[in-house]
Amino acid sequence: MTQLALVIDLNVCVGCHACVTSCKEWNTSGVAGFLSDDNPYGKDPTGTFFNRVQTFEVGEYPNTQTVHFPKSCLHCEDPPCVPVCPTGASYKREEDGIVLVDYDKCIGCKYCAWACPYGVREIDEHRHVMTKCTLCVDRIYDESLPAAERKPACVMACPTSARLFGDIHDPESAASKAIQESGGYQLMPEWGTSPANHYLPRHKKEIKVREEDLERVDNPLKVDGRLPKPALKSPSLDDVTSW
Amino acid sequence: MRPALSVILLTTLIGVGQGLFVALYTVQVFDRIGLIQGPTSPAFYPLGCAIALAFLAVGLGASFFHLGHPERAWRTATMWRTSWLSREVIVLPAFMGCVFLYGLGHYLGWTQVPILAGLDATLIVGAVGTVLCTLLFLCTGMIYACLKFLQEWHTPLTVINYLLFGSASGLMLAAAYAAIVEPGLVRFFAFWAVGFTLAALLGRSASLIRNAHLKPRSSLQTAIGVKHPRIVQSSQGFMGGSFNTREFFHGMSSAWMRSVKWMFLLAVFPIPLALLAAGLVRGVPALLAAAFLVQYAGLLAERWFFFAQANHPQNLYYQRIS
Repeated sequence: MTQLALVIDLNVCVGCHACVTSCKEWNTSGVAGFLSDDNPYGKDPTGTFFNRVQTFEVGEYPNTQTVHFPKSCLHCEDPPCVPVCPTGASYKREEDGIVLVDYDKCIGCKYCAWACPYGVREIDEHRHVMTKCTLCVDRIYDESLPAAERKPACVMACPTSARLFGDIHDPESAASKAIQESGGYQLMPEWGTSPANHYLPRHKKEIKVREEDLERVDNPLKVDGRLPKPALKSPSLDDVTSW
Repeated sequence: MRPALSVILLTTLIGVGQGLFVALYTVQVFDRIGLIQGPTSPAFYPLGCAIALAFLAVGLGASFFHLGHPERAWRTATMWRTSWLSREVIVLPAFMGCVFLYGLGHYLGWTQVPILAGLDATLIVGAVGTVLCTLLFLCTGMIYACLKFLQEWHTPLTVINYLLFGSASGLMLAAAYAAIVEPGLVRFFAFWAVGFTLAALLGRSASLIRNAHLKPRSSLQTAIGVKHPRIVQSSQGFMGGSFNTREFFHGMSSAWMRSVKWMFLLAVFPIPLALLAAGLVRGVPALLAAAFLVQYAGLLAERWFFFAQANHPQNLYYQRIS
């Protein structure tokens, strides 16, 4: 069975919010209706977003790291928001595992948002229905787009390729391989929701220069040793030199 | 969580209606068994049912204000296999139907005609109504108790307290009602009102103590999957508010929370009991009515506190604007 998901590499995310604006742009222009935006340039701006990039500081100064953390619906494999919905508006698709809201059935009771521990559902205060990330379901199957563009808008927008999109149940997909090879993990595993979206943990990056990188271990002719090593008294390049 | 007035009104008002109906039916059953002397006024049951129905109807009406699309409310009856909210939406009107039939039966005098095993129609409808009433308490409580990561709610005490508070307030109202319509039954209702109020005090104290000692299972470490012991949010990702910052934070100080807690503990338990005792001793119906009103006001505060106290794990993601 297919389970589409995003895999987000926290090593690469620079917190530019391109995925946020691209998501908003795509999803406010679709057939499902606009996403609210009140006082966008005013004192107290507010609106509906499917995707947010948050920033956390990890560690004690001066040994701190800034972690940019994009968060959208995780399309849980056991989504707690679905069974609580009294109308069946909130559902998980059998064919690709995307959790969706049927805007024509939603009564706007907000119970599903209460039932989501991740806070990724936002009620649209003008349309009065619950909204959330659709994994750009109106994009990824659109055959009028070139095959390479049949990805969620956030993935297309990411300038550092921090976002991978794919079927995490297919062990050969790039998303699955990234999870397996880079230790991809899920958020709040304590609630047993089994989120489909995974995050790739930060890892230390350092350049190690070893002795043998500078001088060959098997230096049979001792050629490396004969590299020019001018005596202390010999003229340097700054002076006029013979060689 | 931010308490919604519509939900506070729904849960407290239907609780009163349910409690009052069960109080009326208990009188009939006890009368039938011969434990007490039943009411003499023919208006006692029909009028009581009308009052219970009024509470249930106003509560149901208030709940519509919680919905973004009330015109689609009929759809809520479809997912009863999985959703406690859907179950409540089915049980509440069914229960209201039973209360209506029960009152109508008494009004039309069905009590004189045995239809099944020597029992008359009102006794049977009342039994069905009592079962539905219990189910309704279960549904209302489970809507909150089933959300496992709202740890303050995820306990059988939630359901038990809904049942005890509903019954206690309904019996308080029954005592005040009887003082005006059927004075002979005042002591009977008062006895049960005191019993349920004390039981509710036990149940609510237990949940308050439990919640005071809760250890949150989620932390910033599990929320973003970084193991370091010191993590501070430096930006939630937007400058203004959003649904997530409005719906899940009550925005009140801890001093306010403490005072609401003591206010409801006083208004739901000792004050109504004192007023009830004074009303019984002096025989003043107004004191009994005051006992109910004070307890109901206290229950509004209790329900506010119940919602506000729940700390949603999503709040971990919304700590700081920038």
